[in-house]
Amino acid sequence: MSAYVPSTALIPRAEAGEIPSIARLISRAEAGLPEARPALAQIYKKAGRAHVIGITGVPGSGKSTLVAALAARLRALGGKVGIVAVDPSSPYSGGAILGDRIRMTELAQDPGIYIRSMATRGAMGGMARATLDAVDILDLGGFETVIIETVGVGQDEVEIAKASHTTVVVSAPGLGDEIQAIKAGMLEIADIHLVSKCDRSDANRTLMDLKQMLTLGAHSGPRPEWQVPVVGVCSFNGQGFEELVDAIQKHQHTLSTESGKKRRLSIASFRLQKTAENLLIERFTQASAALRPKLAERLSARDGDPYTLASELLAAALA
Amino acid sequence: MSQPIRVLLAKVGLDGHDRGVRVVARTLRDAGMDVIYSGLHRTPEEVVSAAIQEDVDILGVSLLSGVQLTVFPKIFKLLAEKGVSDMIIVAGGVMPDEDVVELKNMGVHEVMLQDTPPDAIVKTLTRLVTERGPR
Ligand SMILES: Nc1nc2c(ncn2[C@@H]2O[C@H](COP(=O)(O)OP(=O)(O)OP(=O)(O)O)[C@@H](O)[C@H]2O)c(=O)[nH]1
Ligand SMILES: [Mg+2]
Repeated sequence: MSAYVPSTALIPRAEAGEIPSIARLISRAEAGLPEARPALAQIYKKAGRAHVIGITGVPGSGKSTLVAALAARLRALGGKVGIVAVDPSSPYSGGAILGDRIRMTELAQDPGIYIRSMATRGAMGGMARATLDAVDILDLGGFETVIIETVGVGQDEVEIAKASHTTVVVSAPGLGDEIQAIKAGMLEIADIHLVSKCDRSDANRTLMDLKQMLTLGAHSGPRPEWQVPVVGVCSFNGQGFEELVDAIQKHQHTLSTESGKKRRLSIASFRLQKTAENLLIERFTQASAALRPKLAERLSARDGDPYTLASELLAAALA
Repeated sequence: MSQPIRVLLAKVGLDGHDRGVRVVARTLRDAGMDVIYSGLHRTPEEVVSAAIQEDVDILGVSLLSGVQLTVFPKIFKLLAEKGVSDMIIVAGGVMPDEDVVELKNMGVHEVMLQDTPPDAIVKTLTRLVTERGPR
């Protein structure tokens, strides 16, 4: 690829599983240029087969190491596995050090595994704006499973549960707080609870606590008919991964039931809302750029209040 | 161009030092780039497949062990096999002047020796991407 290849022309190659074309389409989605939109529209319509697993948990809980081990397991069962790993952009420079891939180096030589690192670029919620576009592109490319590793999220950043078919929340022992999932508001979003680093002696305590919290019933999972399992794993020695894969497959099967259809519908609803929000912000930011300094001056001089002036800005920008 | 430049920094070969690469990674991040670091002891095959998957603008390979004249031909061959011709390849580390010349003849866009100041690296990479144009 040396001359500029139009995004729509990359689609057949991506569909044939050609990695450079898949990778380039993801870059185009990230760039968010209008040129790529018709291609992304076509891709969305063709996609829809992949099982999307979301992995979330506080920073350092072992997500990347786990994703690597899980991907290797899933590969052994046959299908291709795509991974989109999200890390935060620096709010100061806008740049990022994308560090998830370095935990996945043993997967590097498997042509059936694709790993893409992505920076949040200011997006909140634990994913980047193009993360779900990347999932569609991988879906199109024949990746049967796509794993999203979110940013190590904090409070209220739980969009992954609204976007994935199966949400796995990772808790690690020994990170100070006994159950980080509760603190981060992530207890309720899990389809599967995972305790990582089970080679550590304090892992049992985390497992017990988590199980107890769940049986107390105060925090049921996203769907009443699905019993949220608590699985302990060690990503270094493979312990617990059979159970994890089993739980994921069982959960995947529930997606074809009546309540599974509801889940798919709510995923679509979230996608619609999120995309509309992004388009709105994009349009507003562009259209308001010229007018903003003048109104800011008035606001600064207290010649007007924030609500009135913001309404004026909105009205002018979106007219 | 508001898109952050994407860079993969790779260490190939036996040498076990990556303090330098980590400093460069932070410098590039602070200059607004997206940086992926490969970790130590990567093979050319691993580096090329990571660079293609990540669709980086720039693949920067750092070596201290004197293997550059075998590593870079391999990298170019692997990229060509995958039909990738628009990736910018730069080299970093320590090497004799005649190797620098040979690498450039091979198609390495720029060689930045160990004492290159950080902002010079940023400038060079930015220039190379601007010269390449949109992709
Ligand atoms: N003992 C033990 N350590 C582990 C295990 N899995 C991961 N770790 C270690 O935990 C640390 C963090 O692992 P990562 O996989 O990078 O965690 P992460 O959640 O992806 O981190 P961020 O992406 O930065 O949020 C590393 O030092 C790993 O080596 C495990 O099963 N057992
Ligand atoms: Mg990680």
